[in-house]
Amino acid sequence: MSELSGLAGPRAGAQADVDYVQLLTPEGVRVENDAYEFTGDDEQIAGFYRDMVLTRRFDTEATALQRQGELGLWASCLGQEAAQIGSGRALGPQDQVFPSYREHGVARCLDVDPVEVLGLFRGVDQGGWDVVGSRLNLYTVVIGAQTLHATGYAMGLERDGLVGTGDPDRDAAVVAYLGDGATSQGDVSEAFVFSASYNAPVVFFCQNNQWAISEPIERQSKIPLFKRSSGFGIPGIRVDGNDVLATYAVTTKALEQARSGNGPSFIEAYTYRMGAHTTSDDPTKYRLADEVEHWRLRDPIARVKVYLARGGGVPQSFFDDVDAEADDLAADIRKRCLDLPDPSLVDAFDQVYAEQTPYLVEQQAAYAAYLDSFEADGPESGDGAR
Amino acid sequence: MTTLTIAKALNAGLRRALEADPKVVLAGEDIGKLGGVFRVTEGLQKDFGEARVIDSPLAESGIVGTAVGMALRGYRPVCEMQFDGFTMPAFDQIVNQVAKFHFRSGGRINIPMVIRIPYGGGIGAVEHHSESPEAYFCHTAGLKVVAVSNADDAYWMIQQAVASADPVIFFEPKRRYHERGEVDVAGDPQPLHSAKIIREGSDVTLLAYGPMVKVCLDAANAAEDEGRRLEVIDLRTLSPLDMAAITRSAEKTGRVVVVHEAAGNLGLGAEIAARITEKCFYSLEAPVLRVTGFDLPYPASRLEDEYLPDLDRVLDAVDRSLAY
Repeated sequence: MSELSGLAGPRAGAQADVDYVQLLTPEGVRVENDAYEFTGDDEQIAGFYRDMVLTRRFDTEATALQRQGELGLWASCLGQEAAQIGSGRALGPQDQVFPSYREHGVARCLDVDPVEVLGLFRGVDQGGWDVVGSRLNLYTVVIGAQTLHATGYAMGLERDGLVGTGDPDRDAAVVAYLGDGATSQGDVSEAFVFSASYNAPVVFFCQNNQWAISEPIERQSKIPLFKRSSGFGIPGIRVDGNDVLATYAVTTKALEQARSGNGPSFIEAYTYRMGAHTTSDDPTKYRLADEVEHWRLRDPIARVKVYLARGGGVPQSFFDDVDAEADDLAADIRKRCLDLPDPSLVDAFDQVYAEQTPYLVEQQAAYAAYLDSFEADGPESGDGAR
Repeated sequence: MTTLTIAKALNAGLRRALEADPKVVLAGEDIGKLGGVFRVTEGLQKDFGEARVIDSPLAESGIVGTAVGMALRGYRPVCEMQFDGFTMPAFDQIVNQVAKFHFRSGGRINIPMVIRIPYGGGIGAVEHHSESPEAYFCHTAGLKVVAVSNADDAYWMIQQAVASADPVIFFEPKRRYHERGEVDVAGDPQPLHSAKIIREGSDVTLLAYGPMVKVCLDAANAAEDEGRRLEVIDLRTLSPLDMAAITRSAEKTGRVVVVHEAAGNLGLGAEIAARITEKCFYSLEAPVLRVTGFDLPYPASRLEDEYLPDLDRVLDAVDRSLAY
């Protein structure tokens, strides 16, 4: 193992003193693992690199948009790109995803338009993408609630006969994304109970980014998180969350198990939230710069670049092209974000129920009439101006 | 016509729903082999299998949360909360998730789910088994809320709730589960979200739902002996309210008394009184009065007969209304 491969850092302790699956060291060196193997080629790794750079560029642009007042809030995924791209690219064409609210890299893997992700944070909608077509459920802000939805969806897949048939074009599974803080929520324990009891095809992918706003992982758990699930009868494993090859390999295997009817599993992707919890947060109040520096040396993108350039013989022009693509992406996102139309409160009355109620129709009409009364009396009113 | 208890009528309605749509699934604690603690689901697991009549782990948030996921997968889950008080562990999933999914998705996703809640007091139960939590759910946009009072409605309304594209909180009057009534299984049911005049009158309108409908009917019978003709309306739908039916009656009698077991403060009666005042102000001969549970936590069972609205308290309110 390399000097940077271990987990020991400023907060080394029971949480960090555990082996994990790693296939690419922070120095960009491929390493073997007895149980997991990355079987793809360098072209696929270059694809991961591109995904991660574009995800980071999107994230950086979103943070800038928030700072400029164009988003109400932004939840950055800076530092978690390998966890999200590795797991997201492991998804099969029938698999379904239930995200938390920071899975911008996963959204990319499911071809969700980043501007549709921004809509929620700009406040023009509460989740504007096509949930059914994209297979990415709405972002879920109530911590851990989505793990139950994922479990129920997986129970539905099982009832639909889409688990364990052996047909790769048919079998499906679900990934529930959650964070370290979420593991303290009752809903997550209930999701473990239900998924274990019904053998539901769900993979719980926990990005342990060490911090739940200001609460460190030590406040959530006395034991390494991946051990939490075993008490529920669900196998757990820790993977280097900053290693895209390892997160891909581990998630691929977990999904295969779920699809083939071998039930749920829990993956702890050990990573780090390099930025603030959200743009409203100030992490300098509760964590040390040393710790951030420790993790900066384990950057998920840098190690892949080193590997590709040194080991894979990928030319500099590839990296230049990706950077140029990233800048184009950022410019496009910015433009289209600013062009997002403002929603209409009058229209919102139509979206509460599938079968509209007389009461809301009445309230909607009264409000529309109230708005009209201003327009009629306003200075631009034709009659008054004449 | 056939005569059934409310519990049996619900059972028959659920059976029809399960037969009519293979996507209908039932989930809850003890609903399978045992048939539910009130036997509402008796025999259904035997006939429809464990995949469709699901004995759940003992976790209400889990029951509702997984039902959300099943609904997203195209199923129509019918969840049973074993008792009213045990609905609260699922409150987050109901209010934050079930109610809001359609709205959050810009109207693109439906959550066609029913949450059945045996509710109300009068069975001598220990604490948390006699609550009337309907106002919480009526207050929440995105939910629809109904309450049944008789076997015929139980049979039909549960089927209509299952068929609804929106989530429906379905209140069942647990103290009346074993009361019998005529069920017209070949009949043509009235729409789910509509009230029903169950006794015509001209002097005072009594508005009630669930277990209080019978109390109001008894009160109307007693009042007739004194020459007072009370109109009794079974609201049936609590959200949305059938304001057309309510205002028609209020305009006819000019006097309205709302009766419910739930505490008065910010209860259904408060909303109904406000809306009647807004719509029928010049027709009213008296303020809208309320007969409700007191603003206490539900008391120990030896006190519940005193706590719950009864015939005498309803007639007392009628007297007060007529005194204006």
